[in-house]
Amino acid sequence: MSRILTASALALIASLSAANAKTDIQWWHAMGGELGAKLEEIVKGFNESQDEYNVIPSYKGTYPETMTAAIAAFRAKQQPAIVQVFEVGTGTMMAAEGAIVPVHQLMQDQGVPFDQDAFLPAVVGYYTDTDGNMLSMPFNSSTPILYYNKDIFEKAGLDPDTPPKTWGEMEEFSRKIIDSGAASCGFTTGWISWIQTENFSAWHNQPIGTEQNGFGGLDAKLTVNGPVQAKHWANLKKWADEGIFKYGGPVGGDNAPPMFYSQDCAMIMNSSASRAGVIANATDFELGYGMLPYYDDVEGAPQNSIIGGATLWVLSGRPDEEYAGAARFFEYLSSPEVQADWHQFSGYLPITQAAYDLGKEQNYYDQNPGSEVALQQITLNAPTENSKGLRFGNYVQIRGIIDEEFEQMLSGSKDAQEALDSVVERGNKLIAEFKAQHQ
Amino acid sequence: MKRTIFNNQLLPWLLLAPQLAITFIFFLWPAGQAIKQSFLREDAFGINTSFVGLDNFTALLDSPEYLNSLQVTAVFAVLVTALSMGLSLLLAIAVDRMIRSTRVYTTLLVWPYAVAPAVAGILWWFIFNPTIGIMPYLLDVIGYDWDHISSKTDAMILVVIASAWKQISYNFLFFVAGLQAIPASMREAAAIDGAGPVRRFFDITLPLLSPTTFFLLVVNIVYAMFDTFGVIDATTEGGPAQATNIMVYKVYFDGFVGQNIGSSAAQSVVLMLLVITLTVIQFRWVEKKVEY
Repeated sequence: MSRILTASALALIASLSAANAKTDIQWWHAMGGELGAKLEEIVKGFNESQDEYNVIPSYKGTYPETMTAAIAAFRAKQQPAIVQVFEVGTGTMMAAEGAIVPVHQLMQDQGVPFDQDAFLPAVVGYYTDTDGNMLSMPFNSSTPILYYNKDIFEKAGLDPDTPPKTWGEMEEFSRKIIDSGAASCGFTTGWISWIQTENFSAWHNQPIGTEQNGFGGLDAKLTVNGPVQAKHWANLKKWADEGIFKYGGPVGGDNAPPMFYSQDCAMIMNSSASRAGVIANATDFELGYGMLPYYDDVEGAPQNSIIGGATLWVLSGRPDEEYAGAARFFEYLSSPEVQADWHQFSGYLPITQAAYDLGKEQNYYDQNPGSEVALQQITLNAPTENSKGLRFGNYVQIRGIIDEEFEQMLSGSKDAQEALDSVVERGNKLIAEFKAQHQ
Repeated sequence: MKRTIFNNQLLPWLLLAPQLAITFIFFLWPAGQAIKQSFLREDAFGINTSFVGLDNFTALLDSPEYLNSLQVTAVFAVLVTALSMGLSLLLAIAVDRMIRSTRVYTTLLVWPYAVAPAVAGILWWFIFNPTIGIMPYLLDVIGYDWDHISSKTDAMILVVIASAWKQISYNFLFFVAGLQAIPASMREAAAIDGAGPVRRFFDITLPLLSPTTFFLLVVNIVYAMFDTFGVIDATTEGGPAQATNIMVYKVYFDGFVGQNIGSSAAQSVVLMLLVITLTVIQFRWVEKKVEY
């Protein structure tokens, strides 16, 4: 009886899909709220632009949740064709040969034109293999910038149109702000690992690890305990003790934005993609934007910042027609119109030069001050081996270690050099473990 | 008790089947999977798998973070159990003495139990948030600079309070029931003999409450070790610097977030052994000292 039911149900499904003749393509993503609504609008645009494919977006929670869901689904052979994975998951995805279809290969197999040079080098560099082939499709990339409170600057007797450029100025401005009573703290930051360690290193052209920051292979080792990084962490500790800097918590730093919104802190370093949120919350004061500060005595600084955010990975083991659809969908996604629209809505970077140019043509950047800072910063110089990004195995856990060791330093149980040395030692164990898992 | 005799050999098994199936699907099978995984090294996607024997376990013993997690769990479980049982006993005694409005108080006191751990976590996260919370503001008035984001002690205090708060209702209900089961005549007799309230409590009430207390002790330790995951996740995420990273949270973080399945499986096997040992000790030795 049940067999007959199953058979007829299957027949029904088959006839239904034959009737509308569209191939369904599952896309698992981590964009909630307004970003998710915008994403669905973009997908709708694609589905209506042709009648062969139907992309179905499903929200799967946070980045780690989405990635884990996709991995679990893959193990159960129920994987979606496309999944959005955050940048620190890149090492894991890339090492999963046999589980993924590299984007360059997908486009070539499906005969869809694909010009890798059209993408911004800082974005594309993060997601290519050692031969320069693109492995995943950039979608939402961001980079950290400096947001500051112009009203507090004015009260403290500073020029509200001049954000600090160097860390020296950061300290000097903060002292003026606190001494004048304009605010109780100089600055805070989200993402200690991403902004004050990884981006800091790239911005100062310092290596994060060997083998071109891990791009060269699984043998890489962390080297993030160099003198420049140690000096910076030591300064952050010193500034935290003096009240100039306030720590906003691990990972993204949940408590950092409220300190900025409540005008306790005059400045915050956070993702360019949080711009919409910052604008929405900064209703009582005028906002200013700046690039990340640098130490002017470090040679090569400022170099260029690196990205965060996520890309779209194609998982193997789906029927062929879904891959044809995925290739077509990626072509649509990277078109200047779609990209410029997404970028302007969200604060994420435009991933192609054409999308950036389109924004300029539309006078978007003139009308929206601050929206160009992230782009200028990431394209300031051509990425070097030290500043094109990073790729290590088990990096999600290593980021956790960076947060922990930073906290050890703040609590006074380790100095900056010791904390960074432990990051390297503990991180290298995880990288070695990752390598062993892939042999 | 009347013994039921089944004429059919199959029927008793059939009646047992749903329970056995649930036990197998939700307990035995996952436990078996965990044991199997703990001997393997595997990448996230399950493409490369190799047998590594006890490597995952020896790696744990070499890991200062894991040993730290054991210690944190012990401290945390003792504090949560002591705080939640102590407070709920106090509340239960207060309610027990106030016969008329018992019902209202009981209802009010039982509310927190209906709150999901994650919601309770968020609630306490708000109350103790250093920037927007009410408690840091009040503590500031009396001169205490609350900061659970960088202070390990403050973070531990926060998760203990948040976890104990949820469990107080449950303990309270059992204590009230236990107290009301103690015959009033015994206490009255002792009062007539001249025993004061404190003496009566320690010589009569507490010994007679011991079955309840023992039961709650087991339940509370298990609660603190396993059910507080949501509270930790919503308040401190195991931080700062692993100060509140209890064993269940570490299993989740290493396995689910870090995709290190072998290590995570080994940790859950250790946890499983620990609970088995704990239960055996409690029922074998501690229970003997309890008067029923």
